[in-house]
Amino acid sequence: MSRFAPIKEESKKEKWEKSPYEYGFSSPEKHMFKAKRGLNEEIVRMISTMKSEEEKMRNFRLESYKIFLEKKMPTWGADLSTIDFNNIFYYVKATKSEGKKWGDVPKEIKDTYDKLGIPQAEKEYLGGVKAQYESEVIYGSLLKKLRDKGIIFCGMDEALVKYPDLVWSHFGKIVPKGDNKFAALNSAVWSGGSFIYVPKGVKVDLPLQAYFRINTQNMGQFERTLIIVDEGAFVHYVEGCTAPIYTTDSLHSAVVEIWVAKNARCRYTTIQNWSTNVYNLVTKRAWVEEKGIMEWVDGNLGSKITMKYPSVILAGKGAHGEILSVAVAGKGQHQDAGGKCIHLAENTTSRIISKSISLNGGRSSYRGMIQMNKGAKNARSKVVCDALILDNESRSDTYPVNKIMESEVTLEHEATVSKIGEEQLFYLMSRGFEEHEAEAMVVNGFIEPIVKELPMEYSVELNRLISLQMEGSVG
Amino acid sequence: MADIGLELNAGEVMALMGPNGSGKSSLAYALAGHPKYAVDKGKMFFDKKEITELTPNERAMMGLFLANQAPVAIPGLGIKSFLWQIYKKFENEKRMDLVKFRNWLDDEAEKLQLKNGLLERGLNDGFSGGERKKMEVLQMLVSKPKYIILDEIDSGLDVDALKIIALRVKKMVKEDKVGVLIITHYSRILNYLKADKVVIIEKGKVKEMGGMELVKKIEDKGFEEKK
Repeated sequence: MSRFAPIKEESKKEKWEKSPYEYGFSSPEKHMFKAKRGLNEEIVRMISTMKSEEEKMRNFRLESYKIFLEKKMPTWGADLSTIDFNNIFYYVKATKSEGKKWGDVPKEIKDTYDKLGIPQAEKEYLGGVKAQYESEVIYGSLLKKLRDKGIIFCGMDEALVKYPDLVWSHFGKIVPKGDNKFAALNSAVWSGGSFIYVPKGVKVDLPLQAYFRINTQNMGQFERTLIIVDEGAFVHYVEGCTAPIYTTDSLHSAVVEIWVAKNARCRYTTIQNWSTNVYNLVTKRAWVEEKGIMEWVDGNLGSKITMKYPSVILAGKGAHGEILSVAVAGKGQHQDAGGKCIHLAENTTSRIISKSISLNGGRSSYRGMIQMNKGAKNARSKVVCDALILDNESRSDTYPVNKIMESEVTLEHEATVSKIGEEQLFYLMSRGFEEHEAEAMVVNGFIEPIVKELPMEYSVELNRLISLQMEGSVG
Repeated sequence: MADIGLELNAGEVMALMGPNGSGKSSLAYALAGHPKYAVDKGKMFFDKKEITELTPNERAMMGLFLANQAPVAIPGLGIKSFLWQIYKKFENEKRMDLVKFRNWLDDEAEKLQLKNGLLERGLNDGFSGGERKKMEVLQMLVSKPKYIILDEIDSGLDVDALKIIALRVKKMVKEDKVGVLIITHYSRILNYLKADKVVIIEKGKVKEMGGMELVKKIEDKGFEEKK
């Protein structure tokens, strides 16, 4: 079996069965290992012990936990007052079955799977019924190709054991543990996530995660991802899933760190469609060296509240950052998303394009920051945020912040808010389309500039999902 | 508008003429079911079925096509896939596969002298007036309607484009027995597409009905608004 394959469930299960932990893990007969609800230092220690971590990581976790306690909740952005930190499981490791039945998955989610034409096995996985989809067998040969090029692609836990120096060279350095309350929380209790290293000059021609669309490791609550793209290398990493991910866990707080070396390029594509009970609070940041390029492509469909502002620190001369995001806020949802570009060096350039759609009383906000430090001569940045509001109950806001400390720079900001015009609807309806079909056409057209950047299967599903949302919005 | 009693048969071309503000376009919109043009009184029938209360898409599905005076743009809506969706809605039995359809489409677009690459763009996005009108014709060809309303299709068109469009519609009348209602200020288009009936309306009412001789009269004397 390839060393890049996901850690085998069996071996872990055996290990746990042999170790009688006393911190509230249920018995192996139930095929489920779960910490008690709530968080304290003991639970942080226990997570570290369960993962057989070395002292360095254990201390990192414990320090992070202290910072988490000290940090106040953000007072800006979406309303997080209803998060109950004591009512959350911080460590859940399922074995083959979480004991959840297909019948437990809500009907509207099942219907969506049906309409998307997802095969049953995949449905069960997405619905949280199956813990793991058998991806190893199918993708083994692809993994071997990557390994032959010297690419490391594995789970974060595995990376920490096998490549500790490489991991520690950037882990917690791009997003420090004290960056914000949720980054501190993730640093304390992180579990799962991916580690990628692309050696100098190696260009990965296919999107990486595209083979691993179904992979539990990337769907944890507190996953931690680190990508290192060495000089002149290129990688496109895709995570997430357009189909709704059903989970009963209400908090998802991930950290993604990316290091883009000189002349390297990284594109990171996320499509997130958590069920609408989830708080999705993610810190994503990339550090870009000279003439490096970082591109975030970010799609947010699901969740109750999303707060996510992928960031790019343009540290080397001529570095370029790009953040393309699309958010759909439906009933009861607040998508607070945007991006940050921090220009530290000369001739750095950045572009943020944000498209949001609010419908059925949903709310979307663009929150962005452009910072140009002293010395970032000839820095250029362009921000475009377009909002589409589909009805009178929905809402859209824009909160741009510009911190400019250098005079020889260029900064453009464009923002539009629009509604679907009656003329557009009439026009399409007079071609034979139902009202909701016409709406979906206008909406899909609106987000097309972002969608075309997605891998094919994602863009097709995204369009269909939006059509489904439209159907629900009529009548 | 009131007292408009008109009947259009299959394979027939009717010209509806009148000065600005006479209610020609309002009639077109009312026929197609635009929500802004409420029908307080009177009824509309399509192949003997009443359509007064139907939605625009229901009317379209019956075979009514409105070529808009000022077609709107839908940025990001790819034309080829849009036309394919229209095609799938209307054609069930002898449907071409996607490859054949695309070839057929390219062929028709070329006949309409639509610029290369135009079909790769968003619907009417950044199109000139003439290009938009040709797009209307292309949509018309795809949906194969029984009856067509051409609402000032001639406005903003140069002579060449006008001729191309008029002759293409003429072909549909001849081959597919499509009924056409041409709404226009000008007689120009009727040089290529002869009308079987000509109706002059003014201030929301039918003023005169007849044949092509009426067109001649208008060319000579105008709409006699002074009266």
